[in-house]
Amino acid sequence: MENETKVMSVRDAIILAMSEEMRRDENVFLMGEDVGIFGGDFGTSVGMLQEFGKERVRDTPISENAISGCAIGAAMTGLRPIVDVTFMDFIVYMMDNIVNQAAKTRYMFGGKGQVPVVFRCAAGSGVGAAAQHSQSLEAWFTHIPGLKVVAPGTPADVKGILKSAIRDNNTVIFLEYKAQFNMKGEVPLDPEFTIPLGKAELKREGKDVTVVTYGRMLERVLQAADQVREAEGVSVEVVDLRTLMPLDKEAILNSVKKTGRVLLVNDAHKTGGFIGEIAATIAESDAFDYLDGRILRLAAEDVPVPYNAKLEAAMLPSVERIKKYILKLVNKR
Amino acid sequence: MAKSKKSTAKQEIPKEKLLHMYKLMCDIRNFDEKVNYMVKRGQVPGMTHFSVGEEAANVGAIAALSKGDLITSNHRGHGQAIAMEIGLNEMMAEIMGKATGTCKGKGGSMHIADLDKGNLGANGIVGGGMGMAIGAALTQQMKKTGKIVMCCFGDGAVNEGTFHETMNMASVWKLPVIFYSINNFYGISTPISSVINVDYNYQRACAYGIPGHFIEDGNDLPAVYDKFVELVDYVRSGNGPVLVESLTYRWHGHSTSDPGKYRTKQEVDEWKKKDPIVKYKNYLIENNQATEEELDEIDRKSMEAIEESVKFAMESPEPTLESAFEDIFAD
Repeated sequence: MENETKVMSVRDAIILAMSEEMRRDENVFLMGEDVGIFGGDFGTSVGMLQEFGKERVRDTPISENAISGCAIGAAMTGLRPIVDVTFMDFIVYMMDNIVNQAAKTRYMFGGKGQVPVVFRCAAGSGVGAAAQHSQSLEAWFTHIPGLKVVAPGTPADVKGILKSAIRDNNTVIFLEYKAQFNMKGEVPLDPEFTIPLGKAELKREGKDVTVVTYGRMLERVLQAADQVREAEGVSVEVVDLRTLMPLDKEAILNSVKKTGRVLLVNDAHKTGGFIGEIAATIAESDAFDYLDGRILRLAAEDVPVPYNAKLEAAMLPSVERIKKYILKLVNKR
Repeated sequence: MAKSKKSTAKQEIPKEKLLHMYKLMCDIRNFDEKVNYMVKRGQVPGMTHFSVGEEAANVGAIAALSKGDLITSNHRGHGQAIAMEIGLNEMMAEIMGKATGTCKGKGGSMHIADLDKGNLGANGIVGGGMGMAIGAALTQQMKKTGKIVMCCFGDGAVNEGTFHETMNMASVWKLPVIFYSINNFYGISTPISSVINVDYNYQRACAYGIPGHFIEDGNDLPAVYDKFVELVDYVRSGNGPVLVESLTYRWHGHSTSDPGKYRTKQEVDEWKKKDPIVKYKNYLIENNQATEEELDEIDRKSMEAIEESVKFAMESPEPTLESAFEDIFAD
């Protein structure tokens, strides 16, 4: 099994990661709305009730505050809950527990106690879910010291990072993307396969332009990178952050120094978004001196996510726009 | 709903325990009065909330717990921390912001915690400990430890959404948790009667299908203790949660910055006449459990311990500046 892989969807990678960790550690359990017989609102726990029973695949009332608080209290006393937040938008009801309790408990208590909870959040648009069911809110959490935030963009990364998040002794906000639950890829089957948090990966090596991205936008960035390489001969380096907090600054800065041009892409709103932080990180580092052009950002526009699919697509970075921005950076257009 | 009678301990309590509860009440009173004294002289670096007047409501409840049981506490958590047998030196040092404090000077009065002894921490967010309490109770249930959790909160917390959500979840999952509403009549300046439309909060228990209990005189230590012995037994036996409310009064302001304009001196004086420590002292003497001299000696020793804690705190080093950047993440 050590080097075996299997093509599977993000959804199945999530189920596999959680199931492996629950077999490995009896303290790990899943809780949330509809995780049991329903198999998760996005099918991300199908079959788990049958294997682990209703104690460990625990359906909850629709009570996000109680769910999050309960997870934190359970974590402080020895369990390792995974919370299926379902739509990330609902995390708004959990904010006190995550921001004021989970993130600060260890610090406030002088280094005593730990809160190993994973909040799995179905983020982003792409399924016609409109303004209250389509947000990517990662920047709220990267702003809070004491939280880890991850947003993997391939099935293999989803598996490896989710497993590391479950084994981590801190609270981890885990973004999974509604539009990509069916996205398929090779996934290692080794139960000991994990990907360390805080390590970016170069998904493409290149010399002309760096594109830094994460999560849902990785797929589009890779398509854009491959297309401009093919059509225009532009060599794009793609830095996939995978983890936002802790941030692999070194990977970003090294790539920017190498190419001298950088585009930042995410699917969250532009203003106050996490890629603004990356822009600042580059601007205040010595990598700034290597830049041959402006730092560009491509993000979701600053409007609520509309219902109509064409309107929704219009407010999100498309492959075409990503290509256009890459070419703008190399003065090809 | 059963109401408590006046100063009638139904349990046969060993003398040692009776006197220990008296000691804890003295510790709470002396500790907080000392801190208040120092606050007024500008010797305390931050915000504090006192438990003076609420000693019986805290000690009587927590004394009914067993070793290994847990509590969550609220921002008025000094009394609960002391009732959970926290080290007074370390607690005083914490309030003084010192490196030797329970939280290395990073938490202060509002975040006193003692995880080793089962105190999951005071909490600066009203109702903030309620979710934590049901989670801690879920751990006890899933790991079958036989331990229970007491979730302490003030009357101010009962209109937070978390009250409803956690009480319901605890009820449907039959979690071993006592929801304990310590009603001191005011949320800062707001009288509880102006913000709930039932006479008492415990009456809301029926909405969750759990028993509601009322301790009319939360300043009567034996009454509080008796009720909690009953409730601890009920909850530990796997019957699910209960909601219990006791009436008491804080002698001081909400915090040290509260001028107290919302209540009359007469009202405060009336409550001071119902001093829980005096009441318990009289009870012990009347029931031949202790002499006045014995009790005064306990009080004197308590004062000594508090003075010692101040000395410890004053002589303790400030935290290193590096420590501001530590303890953010667990390994």
